[in-house]
Amino acid sequence: MTTQTASPRPQPSPMGRGFPGMGMPVGKAENFGVSARRLLDRMRPERYALTAVVALGVTSVAFAVAAPKILGHATDIIFAGVLDPRAGIDFGELAEVLAWVMVLFLASSLFAWVQGRLLNNVVQRVVFRLREDVEAKLHRLPLRYFDGQPRGELLSRVTNDIDNVSMTLQQTLSQMLTSLLTVVGVLVMMFTISSLLALIALAVIPLSVIVTGQIGKRAQKLFIAQWRQTGALNAHIEEAFTGHQLVTVFGRQRESETEFRRRNEELFESASGAQFISGLIMPSMMFLSNLSYVVVAVVGGLRITSGAMTLGEVQAFIQYSRQFTMPLTQVASMANLMQSGVASAERVFELLDAEEQEPDPVDAAEIAGRRGRVEFESVSFAYRPEVPLIENLSLVAEPGHTVAIVGPTGAGKTTLVNLIMRFYELDAGRITLDGVDITRLRRDDLRSQTGMVLQDTWLFGGTIRDNIAYGRPDATEEEIVAAAKAAHVDHFVRVMPDGYDTVIDEEATNVSAGEKQLLTIARAFLASPSLLILDEATSSVDTRTESLVQHAMAALRSSRTSFVIAHRLSTIRDADLILVMESGRIVEQGTHTELLERRGAYHRLYAAQFAAPDPT
Amino acid sequence: MLIRLLRSYLRPYRRELTAVLVLQLIGTIASLYLPSLNADIIDFGIVTGDTGYIVATGGWMLTVTTLQIVCSAGAVFFGARTAMAFGRDVRGEIFHRVGRFSAREVAQFGPPSLITRTTNDVQQVQLLVVMLCTMFVTAPIMCVAGVIMALREDVGLSWLLLVCVPVLVIAIGLIVVRMVPQFRKMQDRIDQVNRVLREQLSGIRVVRAFVREPAETRRFADANTALTDTALRVGRLQALIFPTVMLVLNGSSVAVLWFGAYRVGAGEMQIGALTAFLNYLMQILMSVMMATFISMMIPRAAVCAERINEVLDTEPSVNPPPEPVRELPARAELEFRGVEFRYPGADEPVLRDISFRAESGRTTAIIGSTGSGKTTLLSLVPRLIDVTGGEVCVDGVDVRELDPDVLRDRIGLVPQRAYLFTGTVASNLRYGNPDATDEDLWQALEIAQARDFVEEMPGGLDAPIAQGGTNVSGGQRQRLSIARALVRRPEIYLFDDAFSALDLATDVALRVALRPHTRKSAVVIVAQRVSTILDADQIIVLDNGSVVGIGNHRELLGSCPTYREIVESQLTPEQVA
Repeated sequence: MTTQTASPRPQPSPMGRGFPGMGMPVGKAENFGVSARRLLDRMRPERYALTAVVALGVTSVAFAVAAPKILGHATDIIFAGVLDPRAGIDFGELAEVLAWVMVLFLASSLFAWVQGRLLNNVVQRVVFRLREDVEAKLHRLPLRYFDGQPRGELLSRVTNDIDNVSMTLQQTLSQMLTSLLTVVGVLVMMFTISSLLALIALAVIPLSVIVTGQIGKRAQKLFIAQWRQTGALNAHIEEAFTGHQLVTVFGRQRESETEFRRRNEELFESASGAQFISGLIMPSMMFLSNLSYVVVAVVGGLRITSGAMTLGEVQAFIQYSRQFTMPLTQVASMANLMQSGVASAERVFELLDAEEQEPDPVDAAEIAGRRGRVEFESVSFAYRPEVPLIENLSLVAEPGHTVAIVGPTGAGKTTLVNLIMRFYELDAGRITLDGVDITRLRRDDLRSQTGMVLQDTWLFGGTIRDNIAYGRPDATEEEIVAAAKAAHVDHFVRVMPDGYDTVIDEEATNVSAGEKQLLTIARAFLASPSLLILDEATSSVDTRTESLVQHAMAALRSSRTSFVIAHRLSTIRDADLILVMESGRIVEQGTHTELLERRGAYHRLYAAQFAAPDPT
Repeated sequence: MLIRLLRSYLRPYRRELTAVLVLQLIGTIASLYLPSLNADIIDFGIVTGDTGYIVATGGWMLTVTTLQIVCSAGAVFFGARTAMAFGRDVRGEIFHRVGRFSAREVAQFGPPSLITRTTNDVQQVQLLVVMLCTMFVTAPIMCVAGVIMALREDVGLSWLLLVCVPVLVIAIGLIVVRMVPQFRKMQDRIDQVNRVLREQLSGIRVVRAFVREPAETRRFADANTALTDTALRVGRLQALIFPTVMLVLNGSSVAVLWFGAYRVGAGEMQIGALTAFLNYLMQILMSVMMATFISMMIPRAAVCAERINEVLDTEPSVNPPPEPVRELPARAELEFRGVEFRYPGADEPVLRDISFRAESGRTTAIIGSTGSGKTTLLSLVPRLIDVTGGEVCVDGVDVRELDPDVLRDRIGLVPQRAYLFTGTVASNLRYGNPDATDEDLWQALEIAQARDFVEEMPGGLDAPIAQGGTNVSGGQRQRLSIARALVRRPEIYLFDDAFSALDLATDVALRVALRPHTRKSAVVIVAQRVSTILDADQIIVLDNGSVVGIGNHRELLGSCPTYREIVESQLTPEQVA
């Protein structure tokens, strides 16, 4: 990649990417051969187009390579005229030769253009399908897969890595082909003109390989250092800006700035070093190219005087030798780019290879009646086999009842919800909905029955209206507004600049956490499912608003089975059944009054919540 | 904007830039001299059969080449240093500026945007400077020198330059002008595709729960198709560039040979000169091409420069006093006197006419619904923002007259969103008090109910903390954040809804443990849970930015309807009574 700056061919990289690969550490593919072959495999549907691309490329390069030799004839014709002033220059012949050359150039450009277009289409189609496959795959992966890795890592796989694959394919396929063909073609032409001069020119290859290799190795080291220091500096900036308030209040501005300056200075040293070293490649290659130019001129001159070669031939040869180093450098830099592209492809393939969730049963059961009776029968489950979480748990939620789940963090409350939604598969036991094992249902059918509001609100980039109607895209305006009113967000929405058409997204700063929760509640209201799951659904909403929403929810809950998880015990006082969970087990169950009378775990929680601290 | 930024930050490197210019000038002239030497070899060596002349001139050519590489290397050296120093300086200036920003300016840009401006945007402009120092400088030199050299070889053919150069510029220009907006569009569409994927990943549970996979797939397919369409369009234009350039270049050389032949035939030009002219023309065309491509970078860099300047041109709204008060009695007392805060241009103030006093050894609680201005009120104390009316006094002195270090020394803030820095548990705890002993740290952890889990962490106090504190749970993060404030042993504690992430038992235990520790401090607690503040010495009830009640729990129950409503939403009737 360090030779990128020496890229002689006009290769305007998409703006913003800068020079491809510059400063980017080469991600090495674990299994270059296999992954590269798989990438090629994905191009199989395009094989006819690709054959055409290669054919056009060969023709185009052949024409381009042949032209200078014919152009050399033109020089010879002129030279002959100079040597023999009486006969003069044969303009008829010259015109003919030049006309031929022009035709070759035209054809070469035309073919190159068609080839470029075709190849671009192929690459774009391949990348389109790759993206499509990855996206489809995301929906088939079990949630367990997503838990297994940091979200940033996965996100980078589906975005950066695919972008990188696309860029690599685009740049390497066309350039690799033309460059390699040109090297071969030029070499052939040089040998047909003069094997002696060709050998001299060839001597430049090992020299340039050594020079670029040596410089590249050094630059690589600096680039990696630069990359690392950029990361460190950016991390510091990120921390300082994100924690700006703390830095200020704790009076750490000076230390933070000293630290910044040190890292900034370090980055400067390695970055300017890397820039300098890699910047040496171009002049060095130029020097080598000039060196061979001189040698060719001297030797060629001697050969002309001895009559072994014509001036036109030497002229043509010089042109060829100039064309020789460019594609060579290019092939070298492409190799680096390809490394990183294939490494990216490998990461994408890993994702595509990941084990998928169990497919829905073919003879899936139908949900009849929509009563909403949920039963857990000796259910066991663990996220990680070595840490058992839920063991042998049984419970029944009768239709229309509200079941509240309380207990300390990590007790497995949210897990129960995940299991009902069949986000995870059980290790043992079974869960039934109206008597039917949920694994016998199609996931879509099961989930269509269920409305869920999570603590971590999720809004997608779109209008408020679309977000509320997420679960029921066919809802009417009145229904949407009614849901918003029930969730007490109607007023808030109306003061937004565009009302229900206001565009919001995950990072929306104009919507507070509480308001986001209310919007997701409105979403669940509108979806009007037979099973309602509220997982800390109002934790960020202030208590006054919460109690108002509670009333609305009570109406919603009365006709359907609901599961409510809450920290605030005031939220769940009216539940038909309260389950107290501790480390994956239900330690108590009953109504609020029953449990208080029992003076057990629930009572302790309740007392803790409402008691004033001992003022000693 | 771009020019202003470049001018002010490149000024210190005038000498280096001059060196780049001079070295590039010499280097370029040297490289342009080479074809002329080659012409001499042909005209005076080969034609006359003078081998000695060929070797001698060849040697001279190598000397010139060496000179050229030395100059190029020198230019690259100074160019690289200048460009990177430029980046370093701009980054440093932004960082320094943001450091002086108040919470208001930070919120106005948003931390993510500030980060992008400091990193990516600077990098973009820096890349442009690199290009300017290397290729962009050489292009005009190459062009002008090439023209001169070409004219030296033969004036009669110079009209060809006037044809070929504009043809090339127009040809590339036509393509590039179409490409630039497409590139921008493509970036947008890549962002769009990535955004859909990001949303799908973060909302995967919701997507599945609402059975929206088919809809999401459609949404993605739309974005993907839009991106592919644009990429195809860009690719079509891109495919045109190389063949076009080659055609112009090749066509030019054919033209030179044809028209040159006439001049050679008429004896007005030597054949060596013809070859040299051809070489110069190619060089000129190449440099023109290079310059055209680099100018494509300018619009983007200009946008980045504008974003950078926006930060640099923003004046901090909170500034240290010119003659700060450095000495003040340690009374641990905080007082708000008729405080008003309003955002510039807003119709309504966020806070209006707030007056109260928080004293040593006493707990002041602030309660009110979402959006009532509680956090804003706390931010006024350490001067994260400044009042727009009235005054906030610490130990009897207006905070705006205090030395910022003295002021902040007295304050321990636990923000709503607990944020930890990369490092270890210990380095985070010592954040506000680098001299604290391990014993101090354990004591603080004990009070913050964090001792148990820290002891269980591998390495204890030396357990690593990831950026933002993402490797510990929300509740643990909150407790560490509380311990961090305790280690500081400040006079005034500000807890901004700091107990909400704790389960209730922990909340109670923490507050009990906190009491003896804060006997000599004023404690201000912003809370949502009534249970957290039941025992506070005074409770301030905020509603829409105004104080609607001050008193203890019992007093307020009788006198303040808003407070009553809040309490009733949380406690049972028996408890209220």
